[in-house]
Amino acid sequence: MTARIGVVTFPGTLDDHDSQRAVRVAGAEAVPLWHRDKDLKQVDAVVLPGGFSYGDYLRAGAISRFSPVMETIIEQARAGMPVLGICNGFQVLCEAHLLPGAMLRNTALHFVCRDQRLRVENAATAWTADYTAGQEISIPLKNIDGRYTADEHTLDELEAEGRVAFRYATGGPAAGGYGNPNGSLRDIAGITNAAGNVVGLMPHPEHAVEPLVGTGGTDGLGFFTSVLKKLVSA
Amino acid sequence: MSLDTVKQAEQTPEAAQPWKELGLKEDEYARIREILGRRPTGAELAMYSVMWSEHCSYKSSKVHLKQFGEKAPQTDALLVGIGENAGVVDVGQGYAVTFKVESHNHPSYIEPYQGAATGVGGIVRDILAMGARPVAVMDPLRFGAADHPDTKRVLPGVVAGIGGYGNCLGLPNIGGEVVFDPCYQGNPLVNALCVGVMKHEDIHLAKASGAGNKVILYGARTGGDGIGGVSVLASETFESTGPAKRPAVQVGDPFQEKLLIECTLEIFREKLVAGIQDLGGAGLSCATSELASAGSGGMRVELDTVPLRDATLSPEEILMSESQERMCAIVEPDKVDRFLEICEKWDVIATVIGEVTEGTRLEIFWHGDQIVDVPPRSVAHEGPTYHRPYARPEWQDALQADDANALPRPATSAELREQVLRVVGSPNQASKAWITDQYDRFVQGNTVLAQPEDSGMIRVDEETNLGVAVATDGNGRYAKLDPYAGAQLALAEAYRNVAASGAKPLAISDCLNFGSPEDPAVMWQFAEATRGLADGCLALGTPVTGGNVSLYNQTGETAIHPTPVVAVLGVIDDVTRRTPVAFKDAGHLVYLLGDTREEFGGSAWSQVVHDHLGGLPPAVDLDRERLLGDILISASRDGMIDAAHDLSDGGLIQAVTESCLRGGVGARLVVPDGLDAFTFLFSESAGRAIVAVPRSEEMRFTDMCGARGLPATRIGVIDGDEIDVQGEFTLPLADLRAAHETAIPSLLG
Repeated sequence: MTARIGVVTFPGTLDDHDSQRAVRVAGAEAVPLWHRDKDLKQVDAVVLPGGFSYGDYLRAGAISRFSPVMETIIEQARAGMPVLGICNGFQVLCEAHLLPGAMLRNTALHFVCRDQRLRVENAATAWTADYTAGQEISIPLKNIDGRYTADEHTLDELEAEGRVAFRYATGGPAAGGYGNPNGSLRDIAGITNAAGNVVGLMPHPEHAVEPLVGTGGTDGLGFFTSVLKKLVSA
Repeated sequence: MSLDTVKQAEQTPEAAQPWKELGLKEDEYARIREILGRRPTGAELAMYSVMWSEHCSYKSSKVHLKQFGEKAPQTDALLVGIGENAGVVDVGQGYAVTFKVESHNHPSYIEPYQGAATGVGGIVRDILAMGARPVAVMDPLRFGAADHPDTKRVLPGVVAGIGGYGNCLGLPNIGGEVVFDPCYQGNPLVNALCVGVMKHEDIHLAKASGAGNKVILYGARTGGDGIGGVSVLASETFESTGPAKRPAVQVGDPFQEKLLIECTLEIFREKLVAGIQDLGGAGLSCATSELASAGSGGMRVELDTVPLRDATLSPEEILMSESQERMCAIVEPDKVDRFLEICEKWDVIATVIGEVTEGTRLEIFWHGDQIVDVPPRSVAHEGPTYHRPYARPEWQDALQADDANALPRPATSAELREQVLRVVGSPNQASKAWITDQYDRFVQGNTVLAQPEDSGMIRVDEETNLGVAVATDGNGRYAKLDPYAGAQLALAEAYRNVAASGAKPLAISDCLNFGSPEDPAVMWQFAEATRGLADGCLALGTPVTGGNVSLYNQTGETAIHPTPVVAVLGVIDDVTRRTPVAFKDAGHLVYLLGDTREEFGGSAWSQVVHDHLGGLPPAVDLDRERLLGDILISASRDGMIDAAHDLSDGGLIQAVTESCLRGGVGARLVVPDGLDAFTFLFSESAGRAIVAVPRSEEMRFTDMCGARGLPATRIGVIDGDEIDVQGEFTLPLADLRAAHETAIPSLLG
């Protein structure tokens, strides 16, 4: 039996079908979850996909965080269930206090969509075990509120505990996808909780799982194969 | 103000009415009185005035648009033709595709962000109303001079509006154009295209039939925004004096639209609607009269049941409001409960506002009093028709005589090199990534190709890899020199772009942007362009499925260049066989397909180097375009080429530069016998493309071109990290990249 991975749809979620496809491409079963439904349908892990849930009104993720499905997800995440928040999903995880910090408007003040180079800093989380620490990957980035922010103390703590999962790779040409695209503090693109089961990042691994579409790369597939291996071996 | 009922209109035939202020002409007002046999009520006057506006009634253009039907090529591909919200094309495997391009020019000048945003919203609802899931958008844009201060106001607002709305809907933006020209300074063109996919059996039409069926209005509440948008903005010339028109621009809420899309698709899946129409220009006036007119005619609406954002709105205002994110459905009584349930699931407000009746009249009531009693056809489909006078402008001969081929050409190789850098780094020829990177091109996970590729390509079926490709093109400079040829060149370029990507062109949609129809010179341009486009579509076998006309694009007496924008839709059986523009592999050969002549009229070179517009545009040969298209498609299918790029504005050097920069590899070029280097690099002769051919395929490819009579000239090889034109100059890719990629950010960033 393969693993069942839930993908939540909030009103205004956009990348739910992409995330379901990525789950399938990795070999798991994708289970759609509805924001009004507390029942997680016995899934083994959950993806909170990208989009503009509730139109990003008030603050990105601020309203979704209170939806019925999140009550169960917060509870299960604290009990160790793997949860991945992508873009808007990352914002929801921060609003839900499953991850620290918040996202501000990009320093350039406009939406940016590009192929982005990332450095995997922590290859020990539930969602990154198929990568190696220090590995560079390319996956699409697309957001307007993507500037990761936290107070200095929190940032130091994240660094000290190895909880910075991904950084924007610098040191190469912008045309090659290098550089901090939104002014995130310490080039942080994604983080994990201390237990390593909850991971959030702004770029979109689900858009890089098939060579035919998107940027043509498959560097994002590792997120989904990582969690699948963990679930199947558990 | 007291309510103006039908009864009252009968009793006070001589009451003064504001028909003039609502944009009606005296004879039009008289005609309304004749149709009704009395004076119209205030509500009826409101409906007729918006529905008979230029924007809704096509009164100046329809005598010319008829040709698209009369000259339509024979094709089995068209499932739904002109007249519906959008045409529908059969792409095989049981799939149908609907697509349409529309304008939102005037609102976008007044209020760039909301104007552009609601332009996206409107075209997406048109596609949705056909029964299709919207799968991609594109935006052909025209602005004033890139370095003009007002462009810095308009362009960032328009781009942010398109991104802000489209990104939030989850629709990949896969193409379009950005063109700068001083003629658009006071009148930018913001055209928006949407493509949708459905199964054949899911096609829905805008028609209300079946007495007793309910009329359901669903989506956003109705507010006071956009009142008179189409009649005030899109049907008049701007004057510098007069009241601010900002309140006439609609305000969009993309989150509401996203819910509306998902809700509507679920309603379609359960087959709950008998007819459906989106609310766009002219709002409820348009939706009710068009639905009733296309059905058996009878409809009764209780207008006071419409959910309002502003409780003080009068019935006239409710009928004219262009509040966004609304749809109107005709639903059988036993399906109403399930319909409302789905709306509730998606947090979409839905209200039964009326029903289809046995009669032939559209009757609207306000708290029990009848305020509208009209034959719906007279509102929706029997608006006035104008045979506007047109005449070839007296300046046309002088313009064409001002031959661009006679302009001074570069005298030395160094000068030629310098001009190449200037052209590829000019605003029109430079990379538009700064703009397109503000749009999401990845969402939905089916984007096979997106800008800056020749066409945008979307995978339709994950199992079979069936896909569709769309390209939009238009060149106002060519059309100014010769509107007939200019329209055909726009068509030919979009056709070529689709074929260069490996897809077979099937059908077109057009957005015809012109100046005031009251100017005989503009009307001549319009007549010539529509004639050219209709003849061109017949020759290429691609019918017009629908589109949009935007007139009164001018500032004072000065019209924009005539700007027909053409969108071509193509199908590709297997998207893994697509052809990208990027040169990749060193050693592959570069071939030039087609004939190169000395053609510089309207060219990018003449604009950038000489600030000149004159002479004749490139000659059109549609048989050649068709042959070139066939060769590009065959070569893609049979794996004979691994890159292709169409040649258009900027000529060969522009295309080679783009293919090299995209692939990160250089090329060594040789000027072919019989051509001088300048003509080789900068001529804009139509019917041409460059392709990259692996050496192993060279013989097979050239044999195919030879057998079918398409000139194919080997012009070089992919290699190194510079573009080397032998015997002339060498340009490092880094220099070309700097020129090509920094121009737009440095002007607008």
